Amino acid sequence: MTKSVPQDWRPTASRDALVARAKMLASIRQFFAERDVLEVDTPAMSQASVTDIHLQPFVTHLAAPGQPAQLPLFLSTSPEFHMKRLLCADVGAIYQLSKAFRNEELGRFHNSEFTMLEWYRPDFDHHQLMTEMSELMQLILACEDCDRISYQQAFMDCLGIDPLVASVTQLQQVAPDSCRDLAVRETDKDTLLQLLFSMVIEPQIGQHRPVFVFGFPASQAALAQLNTADPRVADRFELYFKGIELANGFRELQDAAEQRRRFEQDCAWRAANGLPQAPIDERFLAALDHGLPECSGVALGVDRLLMLKIGAGDISQVVAFPVDRA
Amino acid sequence: MATFSTNEFRSGMKLMLDGEPCSIIENEFVKPGKGQAFNRVKIRKLISGKVLEKTFKSGETVEAADVMDVELAYLYNDGEFWHFMNNDTFEQLAADEKAIGDNEKWLVEQDVCTLTLWNGSPISVTPPNFVELEVTETDPGLKGDTAGTGGKPATLSTGAVVRVPLFIQIGEVIKVDTRSAEYVSRVK
Repeated sequence: MTKSVPQDWRPTASRDALVARAKMLASIRQFFAERDVLEVDTPAMSQASVTDIHLQPFVTHLAAPGQPAQLPLFLSTSPEFHMKRLLCADVGAIYQLSKAFRNEELGRFHNSEFTMLEWYRPDFDHHQLMTEMSELMQLILACEDCDRISYQQAFMDCLGIDPLVASVTQLQQVAPDSCRDLAVRETDKDTLLQLLFSMVIEPQIGQHRPVFVFGFPASQAALAQLNTADPRVADRFELYFKGIELANGFRELQDAAEQRRRFEQDCAWRAANGLPQAPIDERFLAALDHGLPECSGVALGVDRLLMLKIGAGDISQVVAFPVDRA
Repeated sequence: MATFSTNEFRSGMKLMLDGEPCSIIENEFVKPGKGQAFNRVKIRKLISGKVLEKTFKSGETVEAADVMDVELAYLYNDGEFWHFMNNDTFEQLAADEKAIGDNEKWLVEQDVCTLTLWNGSPISVTPPNFVELEVTETDPGLKGDTAGTGGKPATLSTGAVVRVPLFIQIGEVIKVDTRSAEYVSRVK
């Protein structure tokens, strides 16, 4: 019997795309070098994980000398916790270009491992960080200065509804035909907001220049501080361009007790909904307890940025070997 | 009851939606970095032929439709039903007017058609991509005109009307693309 020879050994990205990737990474590094932001390299595997109910990490096991039982290790879904531990150790402004790994995510804009640019700026609030990020976007994409719109205004403009006060029923009623069935059987307000945002708002905003959406509902704060003037919203922002979500950033939560409460809330939801438990990162919480400087941070999908730069319609055009050829 | 998870979605998969069998045309995974993942799916309803979009939360399950495609040869129309036969088993099936839809004009005896069966009954009939039919009616062509500028209508033996080049005459057999209802060539 002849052994079958795999026909899919070739890269899915063209040489031009690989060259564009290399140049873009060099530009990013130069951007931060000019601003005296330090490049760091933190672990891809961690003993703890994220509790985020919408992120499913890959798990592997460490078997090593002096290691009596196999130790579970989680592949990093983002370098956030390690980078914040560096900030707590007073390392100052830092950035990282690294691989992030997320299970159960695969599609035109998703590969289960992808390249992330994450950076943190002590003493910046989230609006100052958006300004810096807009400079980076203009450098890489040769686009105009980024727009800014509040999450509330985006809903008002696209759906004529105030997301901060709307009831579940009102949100169900504004769902377009393409997601009406799902909307009427969905009773969780945040899921409805995410549905409407993804299906209705995202395709409309930031078509001509990138747009920051800021002030997400407090219930979707993740690791952001609540806004001091309006605690119904969090100082969290996202960046969109041509229907693609590029980045997510926060004015970072410093309160260790509040952070633990959010983690525990996630864990309780995971338990109630049959998701695997995620061990809370105690080293991260200990670092927060020691003290995180007032800072803002943001994570950007580098592969998607390259897709926009070269006009690619599928992430496989910008990575050498997507997971199905890895 | 067989079900499919959104993770199994791929084009061509048959699902039951709104009480009607549907076929997936396109499936897109949509997930915010922070938040719920969704599948946005473009589907074709197999009975009404309507194309529409539906959205699911990733991980949801949907009832599978007991739908299969079979290749059968067209036999005859008895006035009410169109009869087809499996050329291997000689088993016969009858399709009603609803299943035939607009395709009666492409049915040629002995041609192998694709019948989509739902719970064992035909819900749609797809003729072969190309059929050969005789021209029964068309204006006489202009002598010497072979450029086929614009062409002229021709009625075929099944009643189908297609545009043909001016040189085509009554009694000739032509090849037609059933997907676009366009003339392809003369059959010698």
